[in-house]
Amino acid sequence: MTQTTQAPTKTAVGSAAARTRWLQDNGVYVAVGVLLLFNALFTANFLTLGNFTTQLVQAAPVLIVALGMALVIGTEGVDLSVGAVMALAAAIIPLYLGAGPLVAITMALVVGLLAGAFNGFLVARVGIQPIVATLALLVGGRGLALVIADGQLVQLHDETFLALGTGDVAGIPVSVLIAGLLALVIAGLTNRTTFGRQLVAIGGNRKAATLAGLPVNRVLIGVYAITGVLAAIAGVLATSRLAASDPADMGLLMELSAITAVVVGGTPLTGGKVRVLGTVFGVILMQLVRATLIKHNLPDSIAQMIQAAIIIAAVYVARERR
Amino acid sequence: MTATLTKATPTMAARTKVLQRQGAAVALVLMVAVSWLVFPRFGSLDNLRDLALQGSFLAVIAIGMTFVIITGGIDLSVGSVYALGGVLAAWGSQYGFLVALALPLVVCGLIGLINGLLIARTNMAPFIVTLASLLFARGLLLVITDEGANTYQIPADSAFVELGRGTVFGFGYPIFVAAVLAVLGGMVLNRTNFGQNVFATGGAEQSAVLLGVPVAKTKVLVYTMSGTLAGLAGALTAAYLQSGVTVIGVGLELDAIAVVVIGGTLLTGGMGTVLGTVIGVGLIKVIQNVINQIGTLDSNYQSVVSGVFLLIVVVLQRILRR
Repeated sequence: MTQTTQAPTKTAVGSAAARTRWLQDNGVYVAVGVLLLFNALFTANFLTLGNFTTQLVQAAPVLIVALGMALVIGTEGVDLSVGAVMALAAAIIPLYLGAGPLVAITMALVVGLLAGAFNGFLVARVGIQPIVATLALLVGGRGLALVIADGQLVQLHDETFLALGTGDVAGIPVSVLIAGLLALVIAGLTNRTTFGRQLVAIGGNRKAATLAGLPVNRVLIGVYAITGVLAAIAGVLATSRLAASDPADMGLLMELSAITAVVVGGTPLTGGKVRVLGTVFGVILMQLVRATLIKHNLPDSIAQMIQAAIIIAAVYVARERR
Repeated sequence: MTATLTKATPTMAARTKVLQRQGAAVALVLMVAVSWLVFPRFGSLDNLRDLALQGSFLAVIAIGMTFVIITGGIDLSVGSVYALGGVLAAWGSQYGFLVALALPLVVCGLIGLINGLLIARTNMAPFIVTLASLLFARGLLLVITDEGANTYQIPADSAFVELGRGTVFGFGYPIFVAAVLAVLGGMVLNRTNFGQNVFATGGAEQSAVLLGVPVAKTKVLVYTMSGTLAGLAGALTAAYLQSGVTVIGVGLELDAIAVVVIGGTLLTGGMGTVLGTVIGVGLIKVIQNVINQIGTLDSNYQSVVSGVFLLIVVVLQRILRR
């Protein structure tokens, strides 16, 4: 590996570095393209509308969570509590569904907002490391969700609420539509607003951002709050699709899937950069990998090991980014 | 800032330092005293033996995690590696005691070694490397167990079972293993060059490199140790359960991190004690035990209380350090 960077001629150095940088920036798109091509050629019934819809529906909750995770990672943080927040949202739904789906969903989102703001408060105001601050909610949050739900799985029957998971608009499933809209909103937020600029500045160098007079605490709390709400939305959608509130399993290990997608999508863990489109493709890539392995009858065990290899490869390629 | 504080109120600063160092110990003594008074069964020898045994498996893992965290790293793979160690031990027990013990130690040690090499040689974030090996170890476990369908039993007359179930004065062997490892760990950390290197690596990595501390070698050793200890804990658990249960260890890495942090080891690295970690294990296990004693309380409260407790400890640590 080191030989390529220490190549003798100057042009060779330049082109090798340029190639690495190009791969860092576009690797995830190439990988998605290659996988699509592979499947189009070698997988039966892959190029069908039904299959694409299924894949997208499965990926939608992960994408919604990953969008928030990308923002948090952009501030040089991480949010381990997203899966627990999904479980909390799932536990809240049946409590308020009697008062109508809108009330239930609102309450779930409010809980997500509070949980996220709490994380943000711990990170920004108290100054606790993001891993530890959100670890506390990861440990406690799911327990709380189970306590609320009395450890039970609750079947849901509200037609309007279930339509969120099963309905579609012009053939596009509602959850996919919501995920797509949210991706656009987050992309706009990071690229076109002051908030987005401040977020990236804080992730790049928190001390400098503080000295420059940026509202560091407010932005950090905002970012974690947004992540909490997004996780709650994902929890609501997944609950609706399942037609049951299942706080024991809802969002289990979601934090790992989300972080993987964000990192594979080219957002560095060191902060200072958010790649929303990369994150979207990171989610699609991991979903495609899983689908490809399943469709070729590879067992879960091999699938997990391949996922591990992909994560290492992606981070290895991205690691020289500054 | 600390300089002015020390000058103004030396006694208060000293008191703060004591509280910060011994906070977990004070909390443990209080918890035990109160539990003893309130719950008559808590103080019974049977309960205390059980408590110590339950804590011993976690303690073995957490000792390795302490070293990793002091170097400023983190090892998310220990939960999966622990489960893998258990399955390997159970599978190996058909070939005798030595294989049953050596196989998990070697394989899990190797996984730790790979973690360490990737982290030390390529500068990838420990968080993401060990996240990948979390998936990899679980995948490997599934390969060995026929996708989790096969639970290997350890013959009841095997000498290996004795390692998990044997007792001295009613106290199980795993308790003694954990105690010996804790003493050894403490001595290695405080009395050896390697221990000094561990602190130096986590305290100020750049300076340590410049001073000639073998930072890379230290990191590789620390992760190898963490993997080996997780494997050992898995083997002990398998011996105790007389089988290689495939579903254990999910989320155990978070428990291990939590007890290390509660024990006063800083997640930023450079500071920490093995004794603190053992006290942290004691605290979490006493809390769980007490919640079990209150028969009416849902067992899900365990994780809620653990989460809240973790939160209180890190907030206090943070405030006391100001």
